[in-house]
Parts: sequence; C-alpha cells; structure tokens
Amino acid sequence: MGRFVARRLLQMIPVFLGTTALIFFMVHVLPGDPVAAMWGDKAADPAQLAAKRHQLGLDQPLLQQYVTYMGHLLTGDFGTTMGQRKVIDVISAAMPVTVRLTLMAFGVEVVFGVLIGLFAGLRRGKAFDKGTLVITLLLISIPVPVLGFLFQTVFADQLKLVTPTVQDSMNFGQLLLPAVVLGSLSLAYVARLTRTSIVENVRADYMRTAVAKGLPRRRVIGTHLLRNSMIPVITFLGTDLGALMGGAIVTESIFNVKGVGNAMYHAINQSDGATVSGFVAVLVLVFLAASLIVDLLYAVLDPRIRYA
Amino acid sequence: MPDLIEKKKTEAVAVSAPEKPEKARSLGSDAWQELRRNPVFLLSAALILLLIVITIAPGLFTSVDPRAGDLRNHYLSKPSYGHLFQDDWFGYDGQGRSIYARVIYGARASIIVGTCVTAAVTVFGGLLGMLAGYFGGWVDTLLSRITDIFFGIPLLLGALVVLNAFTARTVWSVVFALVALGWTQMARVMRGSVITVKQADYVTAARALGAGTPRILFKHILPNAVAPVIVVATIALGGYIATEATLSFLGIGLQDPTISWGIDINSAQNVIRTAPHVLFFPAGMLSLTVLAFIMLGDAVRDALDPKLR
Repeated sequence: MGRFVARRLLQMIPVFLGTTALIFFMVHVLPGDPVAAMWGDKAADPAQLAAKRHQLGLDQPLLQQYVTYMGHLLTGDFGTTMGQRKVIDVISAAMPVTVRLTLMAFGVEVVFGVLIGLFAGLRRGKAFDKGTLVITLLLISIPVPVLGFLFQTVFADQLKLVTPTVQDSMNFGQLLLPAVVLGSLSLAYVARLTRTSIVENVRADYMRTAVAKGLPRRRVIGTHLLRNSMIPVITFLGTDLGALMGGAIVTESIFNVKGVGNAMYHAINQSDGATVSGFVAVLVLVFLAASLIVDLLYAVLDPRIRYA
Repeated sequence: MPDLIEKKKTEAVAVSAPEKPEKARSLGSDAWQELRRNPVFLLSAALILLLIVITIAPGLFTSVDPRAGDLRNHYLSKPSYGHLFQDDWFGYDGQGRSIYARVIYGARASIIVGTCVTAAVTVFGGLLGMLAGYFGGWVDTLLSRITDIFFGIPLLLGALVVLNAFTARTVWSVVFALVALGWTQMARVMRGSVITVKQADYVTAARALGAGTPRILFKHILPNAVAPVIVVATIALGGYIATEATLSFLGIGLQDPTISWGIDINSAQNVIRTAPHVLFFPAGMLSLTVLAFIMLGDAVRDALDPKLR
C-alpha cells in the first residue's frame, strides 16, 4: 500500500510538470503584448518597454522562463499578475469561493445521484426508473448556460425562493442555486451510472447468498450491493471534481460568483500568463489528488483489489 | 464457456463486415435488427436527419437573411405562432433579426463542430490508444503519460486558452481547440479495449499464420475493439455541440458573422426577463440537438452491448 502510494506520487511529477508546461507555453504564445497593454492607448517608449520586459523576465527564452517559474513555484512563490498583485493573493481570494461552490455541487451530485440511481436500479422498469431515465437524459442534454437561465427564471424570478444572482460569494444560501446548476449534469451521470451498476449487480451470486443467509434487507443493499456497485461511480467522481472546478466558469458568469472561473476568464483575456499558470497548477494538483484518492478507494470498496 | 467464446468470436469477426449475409447473425446485424425496432433510435435518427438537411440546405426552410436586421421588428413584440415557417414565427431578436431564420442557420455551426470534432478525436485518439494498447512497454508508458498530461487540463479552461490564441475565430478554430484537448477520452477507451482484445486466440492465430503488424492491427484487432469507441463517440458528439455553444456563450467561441446558437443565447441574456422567447428558441434547438445525439448514442450502446440484452 505504502509503496503503491509512493509510486503513484512519483508518477504524478511528470504529469504535473507536463500539464503546467503545456499551459505555460500555450498562454505565452498568445497574441497580444501584455507589456505594451500596460501603457494603454499611449505609445510606449521602446526603452521603457524593454526595461519592463526585462524586469518581468519576459525577454528570456520561453524554456528558461518556465524553469524560473517552476523554481519559484516550488518555494511557494506564484509570481505577480500584470496588475502587480501577488498571484497567490488572487488565488487565495478566488479559491475558497470555488472550493465551496464545487463541494456543494459535489455533495448534491453524490447524495442525490447515488440515491436516485439506487432506487431506480432496484425498481428496474417501474415508473420511477423510467422517470429517472427520462429526466437524467433531459439534464444531460440541456447545456449548462441554458440550464442556468432556466433555474434562475424558475426558482429566483418566478418562485422567488432565492436571489437570482450572488451578492456575497461566500453565502451558503446564495450559492445553493449555482451549486445545483453546476452539479446537475454530473448528478444525471452519477444517477445513470449507479442505476446501471445496481441493475448488473442485483442478480449477482453474492446477493443471493446474502439474502439466503438471512441478512436484513438494509444490510444486503447497503453493504453488499451498494459497495460493490460503487466502483464505476467512484471512477467518474474522481475525474469529475477537476471538471467541476473548471466548469464552474459558466455557472460563475451566470450567477456573478467571484471565483476561480471568473478570475481565470479575466486573466486569459489579459494574456496574464502568471495568473493563468498559477490557477492551472492548483487545479491540476486537485485533479491529481482526486485521482489518487479514487485509486485508494477502489481497494477500500473491493478488497479483491490489492496494491502491492 | 467454450461455446460462449465461440459465439463472441463469430460476433466479433463480423463487426467489420456487417453487410455480408451470414447464417448466424453477427453483432453488427443483430444490433441493426434491434435498433430498427427501437422507437428512441428511430426518433433520434429522424431528428438528426432533419438537422443534417437543415445544415446542408437552410434555404429550404426559410428565405429570410438571418443577418438582416430591421429595427422596426421589435424584440418585445410577441412571436406570431400562427405564421408557420415565416420570418416572424419565433419573433425577432434585439437587432430585429428573424429568430426563426437564425435558429435554422445556426444548426450548421453546431453540426459541423460536432461531427468534425468527433471524427477527428476518434481517428487521432483511437490511433494513439491502439498503438499504446498493442505495443505496451515504453510506447504505452510514453503515450499514456502524454494522455495524462492532456487529460489533466479541464476541457473548457484549456479550450479558452487555445481559442484566445486565434484573433479571428471560425468554426475550424473551435474544432481545433476541442480536438487538441478532447482526444484523450478516445485514446483511453481504445487502449483499454485493445488490451483486452490483443490477448484473444484469433490474434495469436493470425500472428502464427504470418500476418504482419499492420494487418493484425487493422484487420483483426481494430474491428473487434472499435465497438466501445463508437459508443463513446456517439454520446460525446452531443457533448461537443454543447461545449461549442458554451464557448460561444462565454464570448470566446464563434464570432459574430458566424451564426451560432451559443452566440444567440449570449446576446439573449440581457433581455431574458422582458423577452424570454429570444432565449427560448436557440436554447431549445440546442437542447433538442444535443438530446437527439445522446439518445442515438444510448440506443447504439444498448444494441451493441450484449450484457444488457
């Protein structure tokens, strides 16, 4: 187990370096000169431009810039934005909002997705199952911007249950609607995956054995069936956490949430390489951590899976 | 068990040539038999056919110029639902352009992006996945790590960065961005599928008969490993259409001379409370299109997966 974790952690290093390098180069080949943009519409003095470039290290070859950047990153220095703010400040202002939003969406998705999938799978072919299939299909088909406006109109404008946009980005009640919108697509996938998995496993031999042993229904379903059916769901959830944080950009723009998506959108528009790279580095770390946790959860869920 | 393997083999071999008549029905023709009787498949196929006709010949459905705005046609005036197929059927948008005409012409961008991205990621990702799965060893390690690197970037964020590099964005820049970041899923599915297939006896038999690597790869392994890829590709197609619309909605996808439902949804958001129909029609068409492709993918999966029979 320990060796497996160590090996996985080592494997993460090239992936982390590769992903950050990829984004770093992509951002830096963007057209538009961020240094010239600092002067606005005024024509800048070439000597001043060159001095500023030198000060920001933008006159060095790209590879050297990347190595310098990664060196700073290892010491926890994320650099400064084009507006001379510390990138770490921008990240620590936006990150808690998105983490909160994402975790709320994740919670909604896991709890409701698994429950709905479980009941639909146990009642295969019945009205609840068919209803679940139709509704999840609709949720998957409606693109997030459309769903956002739909929920905003119905729950905020018509029913007046919540405020249409978020004024205070750390307020749980106000984040609820965006979280539901953000999580709904994944909720549909989780419900469908759980349902398929339950349908496949409900007729398995170990289920018959468990029932024959006289175990109470709660235990048969809760321990034997659900635990064995969770593997594909966990696999999906592991990759989904990163996707949710990246996908929050749309939800954040509709509901005016000041989170990572919002900050990255502005950074990309300003060709602000340091900020974009910083955010991507953090997101990739989250993504890698989630996939490691998923691999470890496999062994917890299914003792037949062992890591030497 | 032996006859099960036997059955699987005959089924699998025939995937490559479903058109050949056989005594035992192949997986391909079996799937086709099942699909023909599936109302979900028929409905989604009809919808997709209609969308393809609209894509090729939008002029058949409307004679109005979707870019011609006449500010006398006010967006606050209600749609005239009685005027079927006329320019005021769905009302007008903020610039007095016919929403009906824009909804019709908007299909082209979505369908082109969806089909081209799917075709490209299937070929490119499928090829890489096949090589990684078949050769194993350092080829697999290298290709898998590259896949991991691209997989670690969230699709939407990566596409934002790539698309920002284009000053004039067309349908093809969106296709490029989505292919550049979307191929990993196909590579992973194909790799897994090839690893299962390459251990089969018929691959060993083919090699024993002296077949070369390309022949084994494309004649024996590919036909047997391609079914999961087809299923994932069909479902992903709807997802790519939704992603294009989302990017256009964020203002970083397609740009104005191109007509896209995503752009129209973006411009409708300012008038959503006073004139909801401006949002409703492009959003509805978009959802319907995505729905059609996802239903098709669902039906194809059910037909190709014998476990669900």
